[in-house]
Amino acid sequence: MAQTKEISLGDTGARAAKAHSNAQAKVVAADETVSEVNSETMALNVGPSHPTTHGVLRLMMELDGDLIKKCEPVLGYLHRGDEKIAENMTYNQFVPYTDRLDYLAPLANNVAYAMAVEKLANLEVPERCQAIRMISCELARISSHLLGVGVYGMDAGAWTVFMYTFTEREKLYTLFEELTGARFTTSYTRIGGVARDIPDGWLGRVNSFCKGVIDVLDQVDKMLTRNRIFMDRTVGIGVITKEQALSYGMTGPNLRASGVDLDLRKDNPYMMYDQCDFEVPIGLNGDCYDRYLMRAEEIKQSVSIIRQVIGKFPEGSYYAEDAKKIFAPQKSKVLSSMEELIQNFMLVTEGPQMPQGEVYFEAENPKGSLGFFIVSKGGGVPYRMKIRGPSFCNLSILSELIPGHFLTDITVILGSLDFVMGECDR
Amino acid sequence: MSDIDKSRFLSQFDYLTERESSDHVALNCPAGKLIEFCTSLRDEFGFDLLLDVTAIDWDVATPRFTGVYHFYSTASSNYLRVAADCPDNVNPVLPSLTSIYSAADWHERETYDLMGIRYEGHPNLKRILMWDSYPYHPLRKDFPLAGIETPLPAEDVAERTNLKVVAAPMMGGPFHSSGDGKMSQTEPSAKDESWNEQSSK
Repeated sequence: MAQTKEISLGDTGARAAKAHSNAQAKVVAADETVSEVNSETMALNVGPSHPTTHGVLRLMMELDGDLIKKCEPVLGYLHRGDEKIAENMTYNQFVPYTDRLDYLAPLANNVAYAMAVEKLANLEVPERCQAIRMISCELARISSHLLGVGVYGMDAGAWTVFMYTFTEREKLYTLFEELTGARFTTSYTRIGGVARDIPDGWLGRVNSFCKGVIDVLDQVDKMLTRNRIFMDRTVGIGVITKEQALSYGMTGPNLRASGVDLDLRKDNPYMMYDQCDFEVPIGLNGDCYDRYLMRAEEIKQSVSIIRQVIGKFPEGSYYAEDAKKIFAPQKSKVLSSMEELIQNFMLVTEGPQMPQGEVYFEAENPKGSLGFFIVSKGGGVPYRMKIRGPSFCNLSILSELIPGHFLTDITVILGSLDFVMGECDR
Repeated sequence: MSDIDKSRFLSQFDYLTERESSDHVALNCPAGKLIEFCTSLRDEFGFDLLLDVTAIDWDVATPRFTGVYHFYSTASSNYLRVAADCPDNVNPVLPSLTSIYSAADWHERETYDLMGIRYEGHPNLKRILMWDSYPYHPLRKDFPLAGIETPLPAEDVAERTNLKVVAAPMMGGPFHSSGDGKMSQTEPSAKDESWNEQSSK
């Protein structure tokens, strides 16, 4: 009969040593002890606070030796009730909460949320605003993928990659700080526009960052792509078939690594993505190695998109000027004109005025499709808002994906899925 | 994009009705026919991705709960919204789609957890975001924003110390107010003022 014993992760080393000495002693013993050893399974708990789980994910596993028999993910350690909060505040007040969904790409969340609400209001923002938002989205994607690749390398034992990609990410944060005033929690968009126009010379600095990140990518490529150890640990590990990926509702690079050609920037183009020329990388095998290649290539494509947008950067306003009931007027006018003062007062107290209706909008975020389903009864507060976090769906496959792998593969599989618990638990 | 023909659905399935929507094609489906319709959605109409499962609490209206599903077709790049009203206001039940889409598993657990809708046929319908012994469904409209004080599942601590374990009080943001006083009085973002900590709604 199978026996289950509880041990904590910290005891693994001691237990392994003990098991080793036991095994040494049993080598001379009779055959029946071997069958007894084979039938023993062990319960192992990883997380919720463990470097492998990239946040507060907890995995409860049943092991037979090193082989994982069963895996049950436990979530909710970062649940903050974002949807409930959204139903109790005006549309603009919720923007800072979107920073904390996928907190590795806050700018992309800000844009996705603003676009969902604008879709409800049937509001088109000016081209310049769209261009600013596109650059922010793609920079956020680069930032997220740099972290994804760097930490993934570290999970597989390649520390150096992390140092290279994090240096680049630091430069990105400087750019974010110039643009939004914050490095991490950007809260940059407003319904109907963005908080402020781009600073002087910022586009030039984005351009030189792009040049630098391509150089670093080449170095990462040299360190990882043909690295024997990295390949041994990732090729053929954690294979997700096309059918599995679709059935579990996976999106983003994880779905594309399994060979499904779905990129909302191409298939349901929003902003000005239909005017940009870029490739969507598609994987062949759906294993951990493909998921690494996906992210590395997507950074290059993002750089290409940014360069195209900068190349024909439109003039004009950075917010929808005629949307008087949605976007707050300029501060200088609020203090000098009666009409703007009333407008500002109404916006702050009542929120941006929205029509009745139900909309669902999703944007191609670094981790997958981030969707907002908004039910409005009119007024400045949503009646119901559901947030579809891509990491939530991408993780739901774990209980099917992990069994059959060895314990050491856990770090690689989790690293390759590149999830974030902020948007998983919401 | 959005060149989907809703009349084709409406003529082929006479139980469907059109649903008001500001964007994608939306259909109302009776709860009893949901499995049949979604199976043909996947197999005949190519809606291979179940993006999202959620529900709306209409508070005092009847039917009180509406389950909402979002589908996506990777072949035609179309979205589809399907809504199903729960017949019972007190004990809302919907059929589980786990046999058709594996993605429904976690989504339905979440909707059960936060909205209290039971999905019949779900293999493992337990809470996913809140802890197992949590007694409420917080996304329901009659649940207050500030929450209801609930002992945390720490029986071992309670046994040893004879003390009840409760969650640490947390003042919300992004507009931080002073740390003392009732949340309903100090927190400007809590727009719902019909309740306070002393008398729940």
